[in-house]
Amino acid sequence: MELQTIWFFLWGLLWAIFFMTDGFDFGVGTLYPVLGKSEEDKRAMINSIGPFWDGNEVWLITAGGITFAAFPKVYAVMFSSLYTPLLLILFALILRGVAFEFRGQIEDAGWKRVWDLCIFIGSFIPALLFGVVFANIFRGIPFDGQGIYHGNILMLLNPYGVLGGILFLLLFMLHGANWLAMKTEGDLNERASAIAEKIWLALVPVAVIFLIASAFATNLYNNYISNPAYIIVILISVLSLLTIKVYLGKKAYFSAWCASALTIVSCTFFGIIGLFPVLFPSLLDAKYNLTAFNNSSSPMTLSIMLGVVVVFIPIVIAYQMWTYNLFKGKVAKEEMEY
Amino acid sequence: MDPVFLSRLQFAVATMFHFLFVPLTLGLSIIIAWMETQYVRTGDKLYLQMTKFWGKLFLINFALGVVTGITLEFQFGTNWSRYSEYVGDVFGSLLAIEASVAFFLESTFIGIWVFGWKRLSAKAHATVMWLVAIAGNLSAVWILTANGFMQHPVGYAIRNGRAEMTDFFEVLFNKFSILEILHVIPSACLLGAFFVMGISAWHLLKKQHVEFFTRSFRIALVFGLVSSLVTGFTGDLHGTHVAEVQPAKLAAMEAHWETQTKAPLIMFAIPDQDAGKNIIEIGAIPGLLSFLGYHDFNATVRGLNDFPKDEIPPVAITFIAFRTMVGLGTLFILLMVYGWFRRDKLMESPLFLKIMLFSIPLPYIAIEMGWVVAEVGRQPWIVYGLMRTSDAVSPVAGYQVMVSLIAFIVIYGLLGAVGYYLIAKHAIKGPVSLLADDSKH
Ligand code: HDD
Ligand code: HEM
Ligand code: HEM
Repeated sequence: MELQTIWFFLWGLLWAIFFMTDGFDFGVGTLYPVLGKSEEDKRAMINSIGPFWDGNEVWLITAGGITFAAFPKVYAVMFSSLYTPLLLILFALILRGVAFEFRGQIEDAGWKRVWDLCIFIGSFIPALLFGVVFANIFRGIPFDGQGIYHGNILMLLNPYGVLGGILFLLLFMLHGANWLAMKTEGDLNERASAIAEKIWLALVPVAVIFLIASAFATNLYNNYISNPAYIIVILISVLSLLTIKVYLGKKAYFSAWCASALTIVSCTFFGIIGLFPVLFPSLLDAKYNLTAFNNSSSPMTLSIMLGVVVVFIPIVIAYQMWTYNLFKGKVAKEEMEY
Repeated sequence: MDPVFLSRLQFAVATMFHFLFVPLTLGLSIIIAWMETQYVRTGDKLYLQMTKFWGKLFLINFALGVVTGITLEFQFGTNWSRYSEYVGDVFGSLLAIEASVAFFLESTFIGIWVFGWKRLSAKAHATVMWLVAIAGNLSAVWILTANGFMQHPVGYAIRNGRAEMTDFFEVLFNKFSILEILHVIPSACLLGAFFVMGISAWHLLKKQHVEFFTRSFRIALVFGLVSSLVTGFTGDLHGTHVAEVQPAKLAAMEAHWETQTKAPLIMFAIPDQDAGKNIIEIGAIPGLLSFLGYHDFNATVRGLNDFPKDEIPPVAITFIAFRTMVGLGTLFILLMVYGWFRRDKLMESPLFLKIMLFSIPLPYIAIEMGWVVAEVGRQPWIVYGLMRTSDAVSPVAGYQVMVSLIAFIVIYGLLGAVGYYLIAKHAIKGPVSLLADDSKH
């Protein structure tokens, strides 16, 4: 395989891992006002993701960094043309990060309410906007040969973009609800699993509409038509989505969470495979498309970075899995640090 | 609304704000890891209490460091997209390595440190803090290597209309980067030490928790003494290297207009950039500039008037920032040396304690001024000698940058105020509550 092809799929893989890991953090934060009835519920919810969210967020930073290193022009054009939504996401992430740390510092209801709101905003906005942005990338972004963007933020809110936003939001909420069902006890556990079932019911039609709409709004299916073997990815996402329901019914919450993780990863790859080899398609004219081949870094940089990634990413995965294992089991009251 | 100017302002606001928190993370993490190690070694609960008390202040600061870093990582794309395209082949890879090698380690293990008190042995828990400290400083090494490339680009060739890497090791072992690393990490340790000493002094002046804060103070004093000397020493080396590779910056740092041998060092001046001379000049010491720049009293130092007008950085800012940093650096060395001789008589030295209390902000000022020297002094270049800042900006509308700049100022201002309020609140409260908390462990 060519270096550029490897990098294209590594790029997709990093985004997929980010959505899979920070995705349940976003879900927990979005469900926070709904499920967090008492102070104890709230603290259990925050502490269930406490040891993990920061490490999960670094997948975003790495996805960004890898884009910069392997496809500098994509990094440049993508983030300058998506200037406003990207900064909205980043500001939301700032609020979320400090809210976890600040909330417990002062025992005062008003103080806590401020940071409660920040936790919600800081989770809901990224969940929704990542969906909107990625759906728009699938569809194409109006930029020209100079990398200059001809549009405004409202143009991102076209029907397909909004549909993508809702899809991501529901996926992350389901993933978060599964996580809570796995990590919490008692009443909160029951409400989390009940809401997971409801979100699942809403998600299935949205996912179906999205798959159909993609045929009209995007070129994603071209690669599947020319190479039907890839359809297996779509099958995996459909199957894993269906099994979530089964596991929820059996109260097998860990398996349900694994299934929602797989759903998120395979949905991301549905888009990534459909895009190949384009990383950032132009809506104005296909000749402006930024592909893995027309704007990658030099072979030297790609090789050095491949070495770095092949050595360090497995190490990172190993110690992150060790962390999940270290903190497995339900959230214990005496271990709530936030 | 000029997007170049606004983007520069926004970048300066964002990095300088990030760097209010970064040095404390770098320096204090080492001090805390040291304290926790002492606890493991001696089993003395006071060290555990120290770990927890300083750890609490550390975590508030850490959160602000993390969240302000995220926006920086993406600002090269959002605001400096032409720059990113042009040098991404070199610069982007350094940033990506930083994330995959250092940030993951730091962010994952800090979570373990915070939540892992009961799940890990004391020894493993202390090891985790060392990993956090090492990872933080490792991230500094990578980002400073990236910055060093912008200051003094090496190991690249211009191909396909951009800078492509030709020698990775040349980029890694760039002398400029190494000097930055050797100067910035000690300066961060210095800041961490002053932070610990200043807060300890507050309690010692009130004669409360005397044992606790005497011990904290003395640990920090050792760090402070060593790092103040190293900072000054590497700063001097850095200066001679700047003289060699960025002569215009050196001349601006010294407000030195005319090329001459036996160039004098001017204590104070008010430079006039348009007239190309200093309006006021006080205390010129003949030959000293030649000596500092080239370690030779007779060396020739090129003056600003011998550079093309459009390659001169803003002189007054660079000059004043440099004076402030070096002045403070000298003061720190004096304070630490004096403190070393008073280390067994802290309680009898209220004036010294008071000075240390009021010195908490000084290393912050020195550090920020250091970056002003490095970054403003590099202008008009974004990559020295290779790309101008004005050619680097993204094709985004001025109003977009204006809106985001205002959002940065408002949000950062509020969060910074709340963060420092919380740090002060817990610092003043002292370690009492942790004592009670500790009985449960
Ligand atoms: C000399 C040190 C230094 C310098 C010059 C910078 N940083 Fe920084 N950065 C750190 C030292 C550091 C750190 C000490 O490692 C931090 C502070 C708190 C933390 O978690 O890590 C950090 C955090 C941090 C994070 C969050 C990481 C996480 O989630 O754990 C990002 C994305 C960046 N930085 C990015 C940048 C960029 C793009 C910079 C250049 C403009 C930059 N930093 C300058
Ligand atoms: C290693 C990390 C850093 C990199 C890669 C970097 C890079 C840059 C870039 C791209 C600019 C924009 C050019 C411009 O605005 O003129 C800039 C400007 C600036 N940076 Fe840095 N910077 C780094 C660290 C810092 C830090 C930590 C500080 C301060 C705490 C700082 C202070 C400034 C200032 C004050 C400017 C504005 C200079 C001016 O516009 O005149 N930089 N830097
Ligand atoms: C004691 C005498 C000192 C000397 C001679 C000195 C010298 C220098 C020089 C020449 C530079 C410019 C490097 C460039 O242009 O890129 C610099 C930068 C810097 N200084 Fe200092 N410095 C001193 C003290 C300090 C102190 C006390 C601090 C902070 C506590 C500090 C923090 C910095 C920082 C953060 C930078 C920017 C990063 C870099 O370029 O290394 N310096 N210093």
